[in-house]
Amino acid sequence: MIRQEFSRADPKRRTALDPKKRQFAPATFQNVEYKHRLNFYVTPPTADITLEQFEQWAIDRLRVLAEIEACSFRNKNLTETAAHMKPLLDKYLPLTSSTSNSAATQIERQKDHYSHFILRLAFASTEDLRRRFSRAETTLFRIRFQDNDSRERQKFVEGLNLDLEIVSDEERREYAEELRAAGGGFPKRIEEESYYKVDWEKVPELIEHRRVFLKGGKAYVPGREQLSMVIAEFTNKLDKALETTSRALPRLDEDDRLSPILTHLSQNFTTPDANYSSSSTSLPGADISARNIDTLSSSFPLCMQNLHRSLRRDAHLKHFGRLQYSLFLKGIGLNLEECLVFWRGAFNKITDDTFNKEYRYNVRHVYGDVGGDSNRRGNGYSPFSCQKILTEHPPGPGEAHGCPYRHFSIDNLTALLQQVGVKDHEVLKGVKEDKEKQKFHLACNRVFEYAHKQEIKKVRDDGTWGAAQLETIVHPNEYFKRSYLLKNLGKNPTDGGGDVKMED
Amino acid sequence: MSQAVSSNVVTDRDQNNMDNSQMDADGGMSETAGEPTTRTPALDQTMSSTRVPVDGKTSTEVTITPGMKLEVKLEDLFADEESDEEFPSSHNQDIMASSPPEASLSPVRVEVPSKFSDSDVMNQFYKRLFPWRYLFQWLNHSPTPTTDFGHREFAFTLQNDAYLRYQSFPTSDLLRKDVLRLMPSRFEIGPVYTTNPRDRKTLRKSSAFKPLAKELCFDIDLTDYDDIRTCCDKANICIKCWQFITMSIKVIDVALRDDFGFKHILWVYSGRRGAHAWVCDKKARQMDDQKRRAIAGYLEVVKGGAQGGKKVNVKRPLHPHVARSLEILKTHFQSDILQDQDPWETDAKYERLLELLPDRTLNDALRKKWSSSPGRASTAKWADIDALAKSGTSKNLDSKALLEAKQDILLEYTYPRLDIEVSKHLNHLLKSPFVVHPGTGRVCVPINPKKLREFDPLDVPTVTELLTDIDEWLPPAEDKSEGKPVADWEKTRLKPYIEHFRLFVATLMKDESDVKGKREREDAMEF
Repeated sequence: MIRQEFSRADPKRRTALDPKKRQFAPATFQNVEYKHRLNFYVTPPTADITLEQFEQWAIDRLRVLAEIEACSFRNKNLTETAAHMKPLLDKYLPLTSSTSNSAATQIERQKDHYSHFILRLAFASTEDLRRRFSRAETTLFRIRFQDNDSRERQKFVEGLNLDLEIVSDEERREYAEELRAAGGGFPKRIEEESYYKVDWEKVPELIEHRRVFLKGGKAYVPGREQLSMVIAEFTNKLDKALETTSRALPRLDEDDRLSPILTHLSQNFTTPDANYSSSSTSLPGADISARNIDTLSSSFPLCMQNLHRSLRRDAHLKHFGRLQYSLFLKGIGLNLEECLVFWRGAFNKITDDTFNKEYRYNVRHVYGDVGGDSNRRGNGYSPFSCQKILTEHPPGPGEAHGCPYRHFSIDNLTALLQQVGVKDHEVLKGVKEDKEKQKFHLACNRVFEYAHKQEIKKVRDDGTWGAAQLETIVHPNEYFKRSYLLKNLGKNPTDGGGDVKMED
Repeated sequence: MSQAVSSNVVTDRDQNNMDNSQMDADGGMSETAGEPTTRTPALDQTMSSTRVPVDGKTSTEVTITPGMKLEVKLEDLFADEESDEEFPSSHNQDIMASSPPEASLSPVRVEVPSKFSDSDVMNQFYKRLFPWRYLFQWLNHSPTPTTDFGHREFAFTLQNDAYLRYQSFPTSDLLRKDVLRLMPSRFEIGPVYTTNPRDRKTLRKSSAFKPLAKELCFDIDLTDYDDIRTCCDKANICIKCWQFITMSIKVIDVALRDDFGFKHILWVYSGRRGAHAWVCDKKARQMDDQKRRAIAGYLEVVKGGAQGGKKVNVKRPLHPHVARSLEILKTHFQSDILQDQDPWETDAKYERLLELLPDRTLNDALRKKWSSSPGRASTAKWADIDALAKSGTSKNLDSKALLEAKQDILLEYTYPRLDIEVSKHLNHLLKSPFVVHPGTGRVCVPINPKKLREFDPLDVPTVTELLTDIDEWLPPAEDKSEGKPVADWEKTRLKPYIEHFRLFVATLMKDESDVKGKREREDAMEF
């Protein structure tokens, strides 16, 4: 049998490819010419830039990414995010289309290119930063991709060489019905749409939401879902590149001009919930103890009130319910001993033995009292933000965690609200509308404002609370803190709320 | 406390390794002579605490296997002729031992039938019945030990409920030895890691230790059906509610095979009230969390917690997967749900049904009809919906909406309810097949998806029954004493299950070796 050699280099010429030798060869830099408005960021930049440019470009891009992340925390959808980002993008990272032919295009694209790679260096260091950077960059890419005109988009995609197999006419007709069903009834006539056949692993997003027809491990992706494939490819490449970069980072520290800038950059990219420290939530004079939780629970946001009610009703909560509630209680300043007392008392149908065996460890783990090194050093987990509660682990059968505004049906939500004392018809109507528009945080803030109407009016009139202290709540613990302070305005005159600081 | 235990274990194991090497020098121990005596409880005690030489059996295989390159035929591996100490046979002992083994064994099973995880019973089970070799081949994907097995995490639940994570073993013999020493009431299987899980703390960077591969797993548990099953609740099951599992397996199995193209899917009874699936294809094992999440999302149809209202909201037209599932589930709905479960028998219960129907006027008519004839069967109630809809009770009835609502209801009552967290994460641990459920004593046996109808969880043998099976076994009439010895598991009702597992593992290994063999042949051509 004769061996076919397609990609194998000629054995005699192999030495020329030896990377050890290539290392000392003079670098063949090429000046990148930016043909497309979009960039997959495959080739790293090679030209020289000044340190000022290095820092300025990075900061500009960071502003954009931070704002994108903030949008996702406020649960904005893609169109809203795009609308919100438009002015910012125009200011900090403009990218004009190729058709405009202006002289600025190349410079703009260079800035886009370089700033991406600088931030890549800054954010490759930890797993968490890498994940957030990749998510924000993907959103940015998505906004720009959709913003492109279709011809330019097509050109860009062709340039990517994505290696797509086109589904033949025969096959398309054979599966016409399935393809149409998977596409939500479209296209009306199967000939109107072209399909690509790809490994399902390439389009996990489409699989997850059952938006494509799947057979034998191949996904039949309609042409209009091309975006999803391109995005998946983009994220995939970026994640891999970030891994590689993180491994190369230690060798970078000989350059003491860049490292401080990079560290500084990555420190500025922090999230509200990552920053949530117990010191910033401490409430002087408040009695935060196990026996007082029932009283305090009137200041809890609806998600926590629901957990509290379920707990009191069933004397039990399932795993994610316990996790969400324990963390919240930790966040309001309940210490570990009190928290254990609280859970022990709440689970009153089981024996001490069962409690110690099955639940005690979990509570301690949450507080960082036990568990691996990193868990203990980090004092356990931080309380869940609304973002996390809304997007992760939707509740399954028999579970009470999650966000009632999102995970309850409207009838059950209204019933629950009425139980906790929200009976105003206007408010309930508003909540219903918010829920329909998927503005869950707005619904929650609406209820908050209703429940604290007088107090808010008072602090507004007095001018003791500024606008910053009354902006949208995006964290259950912030809800509690603000609610508690408002309800106890008179009782603690010395610091009547003056030192409430939003940690953003 | 658990920390103390785990460090203890590590040192113990090191000693074990030393013991083992000494044993090799001695040329191994003869197993058959020792076997009958170890059955007396007193000796078991000493063995588990001091690890007397009996532990060192089969160490001969350890010394041969690493690094060797043998042309091993699959048939040879599975041949029963060889004297196989993993499946010791009391057939041999009948000849060797002076007293019949029954006599010494009987106290073990009669005195403590209630406590299934009793260490004597477990010792017998692990020693004589557990299919160690096939478990090893299943996880190792090759006859010679590889890191697929060596870097795999095992987690033991000990008799005192301590939980030992990050155990790993280079070979199946060492795993077996440690299991016999620690006598866990059950153990779980985790992912393959980048390095040996036991060495994870010696690594310079903790991030270098991460999970690489694991079978894609599914977990279906009948407790998730508590709001719709009427026959039993909590930990109890009967053949009626087991049908929920039966239909789940059908739906998930066909989706994994036809849609995702997976071939090697092992279904396992979880020992009490549920079933697990292990998708063992190489492609499935290597998936990252995002892909696992995608599959989980694809298969998830029933969503929402206790307060979520309508639990099924699928898009129209129905996605091919949902349409196919609906087709499979239709017949089950009629017989297993409407007839056997009778879910809408009482007033309070049929209100739940009416909540899910879209038309107010029709609902009022139905309510009136049903409240006048209490105890009307669910089958009749279900038929009433269409009958009343046709009679024109409701003037502006949207028949399409009604049909869709009926489809959604059907799905809500039949579609698989997966414990989705198990499937989403690479580093989730799942109970190993063939271990004993400590509560019921039943062995977690594989379920043959082709014989789904015949499977009855209450028929699955318990560990004590199996030990009786061995004792009551009689050699076939045409006794050929020199013929191949019959392994202990072959004498019990475990036989069909282990045989199914063996076949499953054999096909899996064949598929893997085909790929590997091709590559090796190509490499060989280079010179």
